[in-house]
Amino acid sequence: MSKQVKQLDRVIIRFAGDSGDGMQLTGDRFTQESAVFGNDLVTLPNFPAEIRAPQGTLPGVSSFQVHFADHDILTAGDAPDVLVAMNPAALKANLADLPKGASIIVDTHDFTGRNLTKAGYDTNPLDALEQGGAGGELSEFHVHPVDLTGMTVEAVKEFGLSRKDAARAKNMFALGLLSWMYGRPTESTIAFLTKRFAKVPAIRDANITAFKTGWNFGETTEAFAVSYEIKPAKVSPGTYRNITGNLALSYGLVAAGVRSGLPIFLGSYPITPASDILHELSKHKSFGVTTLQAEDEIAGVGAAIGASFAGHLGVTTTSGPGIALKSEAIGLAVMTELPLLVIDVQRGGPSTGLPTKTEQADLLQAMFGRNGEAPVPIVAPQSPGDCFAAAVEAARIAVTYRTPVMLLSDGYLANGSEPWRVPEIDDLPRIDPDFATEANHVVTPAGTAEDGTATPEERDYWPYLRDEETLARPWAIPGTPGLEHRIGGLEKGEGHGNISYDPANHERMVRIRQAKVDGIADSLPPLEVDDPSGKAKVLVIGWGSTYGPIGAGCRRVRKAGYDVAQVHLRHLNPFPKDLGEILRRYDKVLVPEMNLGQLSLLLRGRYLVDAIGYNQVNGMPIKAAVLADAIGALVAEAEGIEVDLTPPTTTPEVTP
Amino acid sequence: MSTEQLPFPGVRSGVELVPTNDQPQTGKEYTSDQEVRWCPGCGDYAVLKAVQGFLPQLGLRRENIVFVSGIGCSSRFPYYLDTYGMHSIHGRAPSIATGIATAREDLSVWVVTGDGDALSIGGNHLIHALRRNVNMTILLFNNRIYGLTKGQYSPTSEAGKVTKSTPMGSLDHPFNPVSLALGAEASFVARTIDSDRKHLTHVLSAAAAHRGTSLVEIYQNCPIFNDGAFDAIKSNDTKADAIIPLVHGEQIRFGVEGSKGLIRDSATGGVKAALVADVAEDQLLVHDAHNPDPSTAFAISRLTDSGYLNQSPIGIFRQVERPTYDDQARDQIATAKEGAPGDPQQRLDALINSGDTWTVV
Repeated sequence: MSKQVKQLDRVIIRFAGDSGDGMQLTGDRFTQESAVFGNDLVTLPNFPAEIRAPQGTLPGVSSFQVHFADHDILTAGDAPDVLVAMNPAALKANLADLPKGASIIVDTHDFTGRNLTKAGYDTNPLDALEQGGAGGELSEFHVHPVDLTGMTVEAVKEFGLSRKDAARAKNMFALGLLSWMYGRPTESTIAFLTKRFAKVPAIRDANITAFKTGWNFGETTEAFAVSYEIKPAKVSPGTYRNITGNLALSYGLVAAGVRSGLPIFLGSYPITPASDILHELSKHKSFGVTTLQAEDEIAGVGAAIGASFAGHLGVTTTSGPGIALKSEAIGLAVMTELPLLVIDVQRGGPSTGLPTKTEQADLLQAMFGRNGEAPVPIVAPQSPGDCFAAAVEAARIAVTYRTPVMLLSDGYLANGSEPWRVPEIDDLPRIDPDFATEANHVVTPAGTAEDGTATPEERDYWPYLRDEETLARPWAIPGTPGLEHRIGGLEKGEGHGNISYDPANHERMVRIRQAKVDGIADSLPPLEVDDPSGKAKVLVIGWGSTYGPIGAGCRRVRKAGYDVAQVHLRHLNPFPKDLGEILRRYDKVLVPEMNLGQLSLLLRGRYLVDAIGYNQVNGMPIKAAVLADAIGALVAEAEGIEVDLTPPTTTPEVTP
Repeated sequence: MSTEQLPFPGVRSGVELVPTNDQPQTGKEYTSDQEVRWCPGCGDYAVLKAVQGFLPQLGLRRENIVFVSGIGCSSRFPYYLDTYGMHSIHGRAPSIATGIATAREDLSVWVVTGDGDALSIGGNHLIHALRRNVNMTILLFNNRIYGLTKGQYSPTSEAGKVTKSTPMGSLDHPFNPVSLALGAEASFVARTIDSDRKHLTHVLSAAAAHRGTSLVEIYQNCPIFNDGAFDAIKSNDTKADAIIPLVHGEQIRFGVEGSKGLIRDSATGGVKAALVADVAEDQLLVHDAHNPDPSTAFAISRLTDSGYLNQSPIGIFRQVERPTYDDQARDQIATAKEGAPGDPQQRLDALINSGDTWTVV
């Protein structure tokens, strides 16, 4: 029997199940298969903060959304076309996100009275379907009830596993079925399972068998009449791999070490969602990377500062609560003017907030969260793969300007993934530590003594005698003879660097530190404004992970025939020099952010521009369709026209 | 979960990997051009002089010595020494020094701290430095008072102390820094006195020679806010009874003409003082600083008065060999590097191209 194959340009699938059901792994494997196949893709993992929330309950639902397409895409998608629900809670928790007509594959096995009750169902929603579907909450969807668990257990019987272990392979059955439906290549998953369970052959074979059985089930059952083809996307030539933001950021730090010749020293305390960077860097000791799991956040940054003083590139990784603890030490790095990378993988706040959800609400903390005038440069990556380049750029600034640099990633970038074109090493910037090796200050010029003999020039070392261009101070590391000096948190005298309480000196030093950071703008390339028609009156400006939703939102508006411009900031402090002029070019400026308007505040304060915020703080990425409506409304206002974006029929109504 | 058997790099001196100087040095070379600004009569002057006099004896290259401090009167110390130095933030010196010592095997790293800096705001970093056994020497100036903030009680002040912040007497039970360090399994723990330069220098030498974290508590008089806190152990009239001297391999004897000694206390499992005349010779405790079990050293540390100081054991309580965090961290890196030879640029290229890749032409 040959089944029908339909062409699609893009699909959004959400795998949802209990925290223990292996949904992240399932989603990750499907992603890898899609990546190898050549689709463009963006993923959105979503999981509870609890390691194992109570089984079968709504809070315990873990999901993984993957959006893959035959063209370049920017977000993980607003609403899933397909939901795989492994239990009643997964169905209930995700149903509201589905557009009418979406497909749902449910594992009927877990729809027991007990599980239905735990999920808050009075009756089994699947029963209504069997009775003809009328009136049931699932009637507007294409539901495929499949006994995934039962078929898995049956298929792996020969391996003699306990029923519990056998049932655990159900996620691979589901993966096999979905892989068939979308024509995914299977080799990488089989190779992965072979390696992952190499030490337990029975589990390995059960998973591989479940995966293959799922595929074969799709091909033979009458329940699924159609499979789909999503052609590879046309992308620029190069070698690609799928990568998460935390992995890309880790590689970026390793690359910064290699390109600067400085050993990387990470002082860190585990915190969600940043811990993966600590884990990853601890694997790269062969590059001279030291990782110290410190006793607390403060010790993490303290050790990094110490390492920088000693001539390594100090790095500390954390999330918002950790930045709060590190603030005083970051101020010390501002005062001592030592290179330091502070990585903040933002999560929902304040306080402990939402550890596993994303937010951009640490911008003002990064900007101002220290006592005194303590300017810190800020860079932000715009996509998971971009975390690599952002890390290298942060290192360039830190080393060149002898300053702590804040890198603001977020939970969405950290755990989300996308295909990443692997850069050529030679294309990465070279970073010159330019250590001081000689005394830099003339105490006594060369001259002639009274008796006529020549007297040599006498020099000493001034730790705050600056480079005229960058205003960076020299970096003399211990072990360099003749350059012994003391630095610290007390105000230092200009040039000589001894303690100074002189009012005029303090005023000068405060202004110099600010001027140094402001001067980084001289090294930045001009902003790239995306304004295809050149006629746009509305500019949408963002920073960080909102790049995808903003880009997708602008595309929708343009597709409907309207003009809109987009610009995205890599550098939040200092702002690029041409930003003010760009902002003034447009009648309206929209600033979408996952906070209550932090970039808006900075733009308004700095450029006196009427920045209009589009703000969402629900722990999830902004949805492109909803943002497009907001952009459209502003275009209508700016141009005095009616704007009709004719939303795609599958777009659900979502409260921002 | 599994554990790795970690290699022990072996017993080495605390300064073994630090470059030495072939020219004789003087204390003057270690004196910076900065004016010393402690109060007249402060015990810190004596310690500074002792350290400036002692560092030349170490024979290390001056540029390979780093002093790190936190906040407090004693933390101004690095400014007065012509070595590399950092006057950091309150309580964090051990963490900064941990970064320096782990990054560089060729540096002799010193921390200067006080009772407030080390035991109050920085208590966490202190105990973790001690348990990790990072190769550094911590000089803990204990004056049992807050000086720089002008006279509040400190975590080593006796309970009931009347200060600006405790007009009816402080309610805090004090830390005994030596007991605390022994409890954190520090590998080198000693106590000395600011005014006894000979003993101070002797302890500093041993501490510098020790590989690992050496904690040296220095009783230091604050003439402004806590004058006379250590009079009992400084006065010629009382010090024979007040100081219990600890010398490795020798009987622990004190009092006039060594009339008293320490013996085991079978009732408590600890140790207690007894008149030598009353006990058999073999009952007298012989100090063993190298005992791997810190219990006896801890028991001895408990003989320190927690109230006004009328009695205190002085000397090296404990000095044992244990692998250091920084040596082992560097060993792991060296091992990993041996296992991955080749040009770093090429290895970086291989790393970022690892995993499932595909090529688009």
